[in-house]
Amino acid sequence: METRNDIVTANDQHDGQHAPGEHDGDGHVGHVHGAIMPRRPTRDQLQHIQGWGADLDRKNRPGVPMERTPPRFINAPAGDPAPQAQDVEVLVSTERPGRTPLFGSVQPPSGLSGAIRRSAFKHSENDVRHWLLLLLADRVNVVEGIGHDLSQGKVPNVLAEMGIKSEFMHNPAGLAKKVVIGGAVIGAACYLMKRRDRYR
Amino acid sequence: MLAMNYRGPYRVRADHKPDPVIEHPGDAIVRVTRACICGSDLHLYHGLVPDTRVGHTFGHEFIGVVEEVGSGVQTLKVGDRVLVPFNIFCGSCFFCQHELYGNCHNTNAQATAVGAIYGYSHTAGGYDGGQAEYVRVPMADVGPMVIPEDIHDDDAVLLTDALPTGYQAAEMGDIAEGDTVVVFGAGPVGIFAAKSAWLMGAGRVIVVDEVEYRLEFVKRYAQCEVVNFKEVKDMALHIKKMTDWMGADVCIDAVGCEAAGNTMQTITGVYTMMQAGAATVLHWCINSVRKGGNVSIVGVYGPTFNAVPIGNALNKGLTLRMNQASVRRHLPRLIEHIREGRIDPKAIITHRVPLEEVSDAYHIFSSKLDNCIKTILIPPRANEVRAVKASATQ
Repeated sequence: METRNDIVTANDQHDGQHAPGEHDGDGHVGHVHGAIMPRRPTRDQLQHIQGWGADLDRKNRPGVPMERTPPRFINAPAGDPAPQAQDVEVLVSTERPGRTPLFGSVQPPSGLSGAIRRSAFKHSENDVRHWLLLLLADRVNVVEGIGHDLSQGKVPNVLAEMGIKSEFMHNPAGLAKKVVIGGAVIGAACYLMKRRDRYR
Repeated sequence: MLAMNYRGPYRVRADHKPDPVIEHPGDAIVRVTRACICGSDLHLYHGLVPDTRVGHTFGHEFIGVVEEVGSGVQTLKVGDRVLVPFNIFCGSCFFCQHELYGNCHNTNAQATAVGAIYGYSHTAGGYDGGQAEYVRVPMADVGPMVIPEDIHDDDAVLLTDALPTGYQAAEMGDIAEGDTVVVFGAGPVGIFAAKSAWLMGAGRVIVVDEVEYRLEFVKRYAQCEVVNFKEVKDMALHIKKMTDWMGADVCIDAVGCEAAGNTMQTITGVYTMMQAGAATVLHWCINSVRKGGNVSIVGVYGPTFNAVPIGNALNKGLTLRMNQASVRRHLPRLIEHIREGRIDPKAIITHRVPLEEVSDAYHIFSSKLDNCIKTILIPPRANEVRAVKASATQ
């Protein structure tokens, strides 16, 4: 019986015959193959494909050549944009001569994570420490986020934030499995801790 | 305003935040009417992108209505219905002058390795994104495009990233007539890459994924062949067999750093982050393409490093091309394709979710529940007609 993943060679495909091809074995013992040539379908064989060849001519492809100047399709301004006023701390890559004229100003660095980010920005992007410190700062920032929520009198509903309602609706079996596995892990951890206490 | 709020890996919620304000004379404030969740948002959601700060609002695929413009904005007007390309770009730097709008050098202070992107961490500039009621749009005369009357909102929102990225993936493959094109990944970008490969004259298009319902969809939507890699022992060998032992002419990576299919890659790339994501698909591309073939990469990877068989790429004489899509330059041609009925972007939308339910929307998309392919978030004020604010500031 044919399955969808049976091998379909180029010729099989375009003849519309989806029988397994001649090369579907795993071994090559005792088999000398002749010249290998790609087989191409004819235009007639492709006419049923919606829109086939509309951009066959590279002139129709807007990204060919990749670089093109002057730029098309935009209202190109005469010069660099005027510098944006800076009201918050913005970290700047050491691989730049200075701040860019435009920048994002949201979530400026703060707290311990901010200090880690500042130290990350002492290293260039070429230095892996830059990125690893940023990842560390991200994890610290998650804890800070929970602290911030609590300081605002808000207990974060972590399960709701993780979309448990949709898991319950669309994957109840998966949710049950996670609950069982999670319960087993927590139960085992509690048991081991209790046992360790008993032997002290 | 209501906005998506990142709280940590796998944790997001809808929260109230201050409305964005004009910070530069070239800015506009756009009231969002539709925002998508992109596959690359999942890398942020899973905590894989460095400098993703708690409180950040994601969303780089959105359309809306201009609510307010800065004093320097000359062409965009309050009330204009606009689609906003995911790239934030100035239009004047060296790279923009060469139409590399995704590589602008004037909008991201925090990294030179990537241009600025809405709602895509501080590594991509630290701008809040469009999964919110309002969003700050810098360089409003340069980036956004007024949506033509005859283009549906659902098509327009897919023109901000998914469709141009898929199209550019095929374009970077430099497809010649009759070429065999293998697209890894049957997410929205992979689906559009497959569709675009036919536009460029491919002779055969094969899409590879592990998610059955997506493979069924793309087979129908893009009239292509499909392979479920879970049912294949060796991906490169399978492609060789499918192509008379030649290998594909073009391979496209439309998956990126969270690829399944290789346990070791998943452990080192995703779980332990010893490399910048699982390089499974990069391996498959390099090893499945024919000698002298082209590999096109639009899947997103982290900024550190990946273990890839670069020696094979050298010895096979491959051309490797990759970039963030330069959305703006693709729009006119893609709009023609939509008008001519060659491509129907909105057909991939499977879920419309109120912004208030963003936690569930992310989980559904991330876990591929309920046959989800593309999710659109609808902010509560999407359909509101508001009194026009006066042009403001600076």
